[in-house]
Amino acid sequence: MSFDNAYEAVSEANDEARWAFGTGFEDPLAGVDTTLPTGVDGEDLAAYCLMLGDDALIASHRLQEWCTHAPELEDEVALANIGLDLLGQARLLLTRAGKAEGSERSEDALAFFRDEHEFRNVRLTEIPNGDFAFSIARLLVFATWRLALLQRLADSKDPVLAAIAAKGVKEVTYHRDYAAQWTVRLGDGTDYSRKRMQTGLDAVWPLVDELFAPHPIERQLADAGIAVDPAGLRAEFDDVLAQVCTAATLTIPDAPPRAGVSGRTGRDGVHTEDMGFLIAELQSVARAHPEATW
Amino acid sequence: MVTATATTTDARTVAETVTDPELPMLTLADLGVLRDVSEEDDGRVIVTITPTYTGCPAMDTMRDDLVHALRDAGYDEVEVRTVLHPPWSSDWITDDGKRKLADAGIAPPSTAPHTTSGPIPLTLSAPVHVVRCPHCGAADTEETSRFSATACKSLRRCRICAEPFEHVKEI
Repeated sequence: MSFDNAYEAVSEANDEARWAFGTGFEDPLAGVDTTLPTGVDGEDLAAYCLMLGDDALIASHRLQEWCTHAPELEDEVALANIGLDLLGQARLLLTRAGKAEGSERSEDALAFFRDEHEFRNVRLTEIPNGDFAFSIARLLVFATWRLALLQRLADSKDPVLAAIAAKGVKEVTYHRDYAAQWTVRLGDGTDYSRKRMQTGLDAVWPLVDELFAPHPIERQLADAGIAVDPAGLRAEFDDVLAQVCTAATLTIPDAPPRAGVSGRTGRDGVHTEDMGFLIAELQSVARAHPEATW
Repeated sequence: MVTATATTTDARTVAETVTDPELPMLTLADLGVLRDVSEEDDGRVIVTITPTYTGCPAMDTMRDDLVHALRDAGYDEVEVRTVLHPPWSSDWITDDGKRKLADAGIAPPSTAPHTTSGPIPLTLSAPVHVVRCPHCGAADTEETSRFSATACKSLRRCRICAEPFEHVKEI
């Protein structure tokens, strides 16, 4: 099947659409011209799509854990909606990764049948939710970073990545505003809420530097105009965090970065001890019933 | 292939009758989700739609509804394509669609913010633009949540008649 351009179609009708992993679930990039941009190595592009896709998938999983636990119904709905947006981004990015590497591994195969060391998400996304203030601080940091990244990625020479990013910018703008507004409400609230919010921000901070440390593949693809070098996002990130913290009467933490293993971190597949538990839960049903549909 | 049973109504007109699964007062055309309908020389119909939000779970239902409506009208071969680019904007909701939303008690969106160059500005308080209460028409309403039962709507409350209502977000 042919289409007029690379991102004209990301899907085809499927009469047997099933809301399940494994088989029959619609490939969200089916029918797309998956030709790679000139001079780009498919393996590298796939690795990059996994990085951004895994960030979204794991962040979404942690947000989903708030279902039935959020402090108010409105926030229950908000956190679930943000998780849903990120899950949508993950589906497209993982599908793109499978096509680019030439393996035809589906989004489901990549989400449910990789092992921990094959995930490329930054460690910020995987650590447990903690209290509401910690989750809001993590979302503020994550969304501020991802928004700056996606806004630049919308100019990527890879038309599929560019289209995914341009759509994501509109969504993540709302995520960042949501987290920023809660940060201000709690920080500029009572002494007690301020203390809890500052504690949450302090606990997130050791995982901030990792967001801006480029993996060699990110740097290489950034030079080719495909990816975004995260090192270039720091100034915008710092500016936004300063605005929020000023309004929230919070202090930008000064905490040393959490060490990796021999310098290796999430982008290298080296994760925190919490990641194994997360993956086990995420994959348990798919691994127990690998061909199940319903 | 078009069979002998086809078709007095053109495919576009048929596709334009299909409604949104979550906002059934609107057609997909009203919502701006229906981007194109074309009849190929070989009789196939190609329908192009775009999601409002990346994770929109209604896309499969939309595809099925389009295929079934067109098949019922005699178009046997229907292909539904999805495009991500350009990204959907609430500005694409037609005037008729906005009126139908308001009639159903959902405040329609005003004009979406335009992306400019440079960093996207942070919004630390709820937007100040006026959203009128779809029940009593009052302008004095407040946002209670940016998020609602579907990805495309926020929750608001009228300070005059005290009724809660939904508002289609500007994106």
